[in-house]
Amino acid sequence: MDITRFTSKNFLIPGIIILVLLIALSILPLYSSLYMVILVTAILMYIILTVSWALFSGPSGYLSLASAAFFGIGIYTSAILLPNTGVVLPLLLVVALGGVISFIVALLVGFLTLRLRGIYFAIFTFGLVELIKQVLIFWEINITGTRGRFIILVDNAHIYWVMLAIFVLLMLTTYFLRRSKFGLALQSIGENEEAAAHRGINVTMVKVITFAISAFFMGAVGATIATRWTYIDPYIAFNVLFSFLPILMAIFGGLSQIYGPVLGAVIFAYLEEVLLTKFPYYYMLTFGIVLVGVILFLPGGLVGLIQRLRRRRRRKGGPVEQNANT
Amino acid sequence: MPDFMVRVLDIAIGGLLMGGIYALIAMGLSLQYGVARVLNIAHGEFIMLGAFATFTLYTVFGINPLLTLVIIGPIIFLIGFFLHRTLFTRLRISAPNADAYAASSMLATFGLLYIIQNLALLAWGANLRAYSYLNFGVNLGGAIFAANRLVTLGFAIGIGLGFYIFLARSRLGKAIRAAAQDPTTARLMGVNINLVLAICFGLGAVMAGLAGTLLSLRIPITPTMGLNYTIIAIIIVVLGGLGSIPGSFIGGFILGIIGTIVAYVEPSLSLAAYYFIFMVLLLVRPKGIFGK
Repeated sequence: MDITRFTSKNFLIPGIIILVLLIALSILPLYSSLYMVILVTAILMYIILTVSWALFSGPSGYLSLASAAFFGIGIYTSAILLPNTGVVLPLLLVVALGGVISFIVALLVGFLTLRLRGIYFAIFTFGLVELIKQVLIFWEINITGTRGRFIILVDNAHIYWVMLAIFVLLMLTTYFLRRSKFGLALQSIGENEEAAAHRGINVTMVKVITFAISAFFMGAVGATIATRWTYIDPYIAFNVLFSFLPILMAIFGGLSQIYGPVLGAVIFAYLEEVLLTKFPYYYMLTFGIVLVGVILFLPGGLVGLIQRLRRRRRRKGGPVEQNANT
Repeated sequence: MPDFMVRVLDIAIGGLLMGGIYALIAMGLSLQYGVARVLNIAHGEFIMLGAFATFTLYTVFGINPLLTLVIIGPIIFLIGFFLHRTLFTRLRISAPNADAYAASSMLATFGLLYIIQNLALLAWGANLRAYSYLNFGVNLGGAIFAANRLVTLGFAIGIGLGFYIFLARSRLGKAIRAAAQDPTTARLMGVNINLVLAICFGLGAVMAGLAGTLLSLRIPITPTMGLNYTIIAIIIVVLGGLGSIPGSFIGGFILGIIGTIVAYVEPSLSLAAYYFIFMVLLLVRPKGIFGK
């Protein structure tokens, strides 16, 4: 890798901004209120869900509705390993296990289903969430004779740091995956799968592995957030809304740039925090209207809008500025 | 009659009763998904709207629930028709290819689901609602069924067959079938494709709305009831074969009977059984039983 890339102006300034932001975020529990910590934890949760959904579905073009399944698997891993009675495992180990179990399930599901094209894949993954939920409900009622589980309480700052660590790991993974040969292979599958296969790319392998990596992060985030929810049942853990929220946030932000899904997640997670408790029906109504509106009027999302505005300004600025940019 | 035979009859007729509603819902989705290429996640919300419209018309204005079919049908058709004219036609024209349109229109219908459902929650509240109509038993060879369930079955089969004849015999039906096979060629043959697709979407919504009216006769209704029926409809449409109206009709009865059998053995597993059948089917034969 060329070292000058890291010292050039284009790289240095965003680099410094990101570093300062990261330091500010990592010491957040030391200087801000508990409410702020919990709010940022929720925002991070949505960012991780959204970015990990976009990691696979963005470049490959396969619309996955399985996010809620992997998220739920993570939640249930926590629920089983961190009961509020009995032996308790360390949080980090549980989080890692939640991720690994989701990863393995995604590998199996991926090998079975990723040969389904287009909308069939979406339908299948949608069914997966409901199937797991129904079987779990049956299992809890008939085999274990329980309904729902309580999870041991974990310190809020602790949850926050774990969430932040998953977030940083995810952003690094996304960044380097996009630039790697592997990421380019995924991109070419999204553009034309047959052509990619003819170029010698093992299309099934690339798709399944990326799908599983994105599932790992969803499982990890589920295992983390479960400790804040304290009570879990199949309806809470496997809520289809968690399949659609990340998609809305990603599309709202825009899929063409790495920061698009982050932007969308931050805005929506904040809106949810403000509106959901006071006006739940109005919040969900707004959610629906924005989803339809974005699909209809803002196909490139906020990123697309920003790029369009920039291009317009550049055109007005004349040729001088255009030269400076090239 | 021996006890065993009564039990078999009970399951068979129960399955047919459930299947009748399923068949209607699935035929509606088949029009929207198979012909208009909109995988309508909000399909069940039209069922819910039909059910609540009937509930309100009957309990507030005292109109006979079966008569409300005639009032609700045209209104829901117009809603569906204008939705397609404004929203989906625009999406279809701006989409770069068929796959992109399938994805964007499906996400848009998910937004619609939340809009319709939460408007209904604001209007009617989250409680279960029910009314009683034709609620007396009819003895059929030893097994007893509520009269409203038998009426439901009769109407479901009647509407389903009437609709099938409309598709098979009328000129508009021919245009719809042409659009289902190949939209581009249909357009070259002089079919006004945007109009036909909008009519399809509207008719699909009508089927859902009428099914909702019939459902409200026999089960309690809530604004969040829709999604389960949407999922069942999707399963049947895939089971019967994409775009095959008879496939959806027959598939509805098949799933209704399977569901009743499973519910007889283990009630909490009937939805799981649907998903299981569906996922195996998607893997083994994604074109469906009647698909080409």
